[in-house]
Amino acid sequence: MRRSLTSLPPLALALAAAFAPVAAQAGKTLDAVKARGEVICGVNTSAPGFSAVDSQGKWVGLDVDTCRAVAAAVLGDPAKVKFVPLNSQQRFAALQGGEIDILSRNTTWTLTRDASLGIVFAGINYYDGQGFMVPRKLKVDSARKLGGATICVQAGTTSEKNVADYFQAHAIKYKTVVFDTAEGIQSAFFAGRCQAYTTDVSDLSGARTKTARPDDYVILPDVISKEPLGPAVRRGDDEWFQIVRWTGFLMLEAEEAKLTQANVDRMKAESKDPAVQRLLGTGDDTGKLLGLDKEWGYRIVKAVGNYGESFERNLGPSTPLALPRGPNRLWSQGGLMYAPPVR
Amino acid sequence: MPLPSVSWSSRSGRALIVQGALLALLILAGAALWRNTQGALAARQIRSGFSFLSEPAGFDIGEGPVPYTPRDSYLVAFAAGLANTLRVSALGIVLATVLGTLIGVGRLSRNVLVRAGCTAYVEVLRNVPLVILLFGTYLVLTEFLPEATEPISLPGSAFLSKGGLHAPRPLWAAGWGAALLGLPLGGAAAWLLARWARARRARTGRGPAVGWAGLGLVLAGPVVGWLLGGAPRGLELPEPGPFGVAGGLSLTPEFLALLTGLTLSAAASIAEIVRSGLLAVSHGQAEAAGALGLRPRQTTRLVLLPQALRVIIPPLTSQFLNLTKNSSLAVAIGYPDLVSIANTAMNQNGQALECILVIMAVYLSVNLVTALLMNLYERRVALVER
Repeated sequence: MRRSLTSLPPLALALAAAFAPVAAQAGKTLDAVKARGEVICGVNTSAPGFSAVDSQGKWVGLDVDTCRAVAAAVLGDPAKVKFVPLNSQQRFAALQGGEIDILSRNTTWTLTRDASLGIVFAGINYYDGQGFMVPRKLKVDSARKLGGATICVQAGTTSEKNVADYFQAHAIKYKTVVFDTAEGIQSAFFAGRCQAYTTDVSDLSGARTKTARPDDYVILPDVISKEPLGPAVRRGDDEWFQIVRWTGFLMLEAEEAKLTQANVDRMKAESKDPAVQRLLGTGDDTGKLLGLDKEWGYRIVKAVGNYGESFERNLGPSTPLALPRGPNRLWSQGGLMYAPPVR
Repeated sequence: MPLPSVSWSSRSGRALIVQGALLALLILAGAALWRNTQGALAARQIRSGFSFLSEPAGFDIGEGPVPYTPRDSYLVAFAAGLANTLRVSALGIVLATVLGTLIGVGRLSRNVLVRAGCTAYVEVLRNVPLVILLFGTYLVLTEFLPEATEPISLPGSAFLSKGGLHAPRPLWAAGWGAALLGLPLGGAAAWLLARWARARRARTGRGPAVGWAGLGLVLAGPVVGWLLGGAPRGLELPEPGPFGVAGGLSLTPEFLALLTGLTLSAAASIAEIVRSGLLAVSHGQAEAAGALGLRPRQTTRLVLLPQALRVIIPPLTSQFLNLTKNSSLAVAIGYPDLVSIANTAMNQNGQALECILVIMAVYLSVNLVTALLMNLYERRVALVER
């Protein structure tokens, strides 16, 4: 089933472009979402920590939380999200063609994607970099020593281009094996078809949790690229773009203001701090300007918590991925996460 | 030629007007579709046009006969993909035809075991979806073979592992050029010999059998060329390295799995086509040939096969076209064929519409050429009625 569907979104887009009347879509997404009663969110088919189905059949992950936060802000219920799992080749066509409202699928923000695909990135929810994973028994300790190796990489990703750049720059010979799905490339790697698997480090950590023996694989220390991951929306709908962007900012602001899922009700009732009141809708009405109501921020924190909580729940030390917070700490703690003031 | 009158009152005039109107409508609809597409893409701020073809592709391609680096343009990347498609399709067509013919003939064998085996093959293989067959073959190659670092040694310095099949490759030398040159020369000599024998038989009623001699000439051409060229014997041997076998001629598991899957599945259909062709020739033909004193082999070659081919060629052409199109299932097992490359390209630059148009145009051209060649052949074997 999955295979035959893979080529559909590009085809659907082609057909839609050919037959659909030429109509501007500006400002329509919010109305459509409200009328429909759910946010349609494109996520990764299976990227533990970012978007994956848990044992109860519920979507969980950092990217999933972004969608739930938007649903909480717009519709008042984090459960009102329809998740559409997409592989890397389907993702942009699905967004362009209007199948999804948000693409929240650990997607790297690059100039080409931002400026020529008819989509626009609404922020960064994870600062990542590309790395390599190798079987421990090969005793390789650096990507520079992979000369002559066969490397598994997913088709249509920035990883595919970065690895070409990296090995060319270091004049290292290599061969690639390319699959268009994460499942395909990971099973090829774990079956032993390739000596190395390259993608974002967070993705490598996630893939490793899926094997029976995670300890048989090591992630090399080399990080060969910048991979700022974040949600994207269609171009031409600034209103929707602002909602998605400020949902992300609000989660950061909430962490900075030490608002958590656990204390948000108490803070809402008791806090006299104007900054907290603005975030939770007991002070100035910040929602009005976004086309939302006053308590949008309160609902986000209540539904998914602040950014730090989402990170710890999905990627942090208590999870199988056990990723360090690293550059994804708040700016005030030496990280890169910084949100403009919500006011 | 007098111009047909364009008037509603005459029958041909009416036909002309209706057809003209239809054609005009079709062109208008096409133009509207094109304009609308351009407008829609512009409204969604999606880049369009084919200028991306000359830009560097930036991604690598795992294997293929076309020398390609990530700095080459998308056009070269597409060409590399096409070369991979053609490589696997052409080999698949040859292998499937040979295997299919053997099995088709086998289904009519008088030997029960052979007949039952061939029937079982056909029934199993044509009822398994090709994708499943491909997954299965690929799984066998990548799960059950040893690691690339510990390959199985085959006789003749070849190695088999999860990294694929590695065999010695002759190093290019001038002598190989002479051998290549010898092939058409040998062929021409064989053709001349056959012509001479035919003319002699027509003139005297007796002609020497030159079949084996002709074959010998065809083979002798390249051998003599190779000898004259200094008999180069340099081989590039595959060597096991730290990350698997390197060097020599290498066939990846993706290529092997795709070739095997396509061949096995097409052979099942071709076997049925061959069988139907052979059964279509009435039994009386063979008996009549026997009565005229033709030996069994002559009967097959001169009487049965020419008549069977008439039935076989058209559906066989369809099978060849099918095999070529089915090679696009390569994406499922990671073989970098045209569709796989185009998929990657459309994701790297977002120009899905253009890439799909390229895919469609290329498959159409390839298959039209195949069909054309097969039609020419069909005309040659067609029964000339007098």
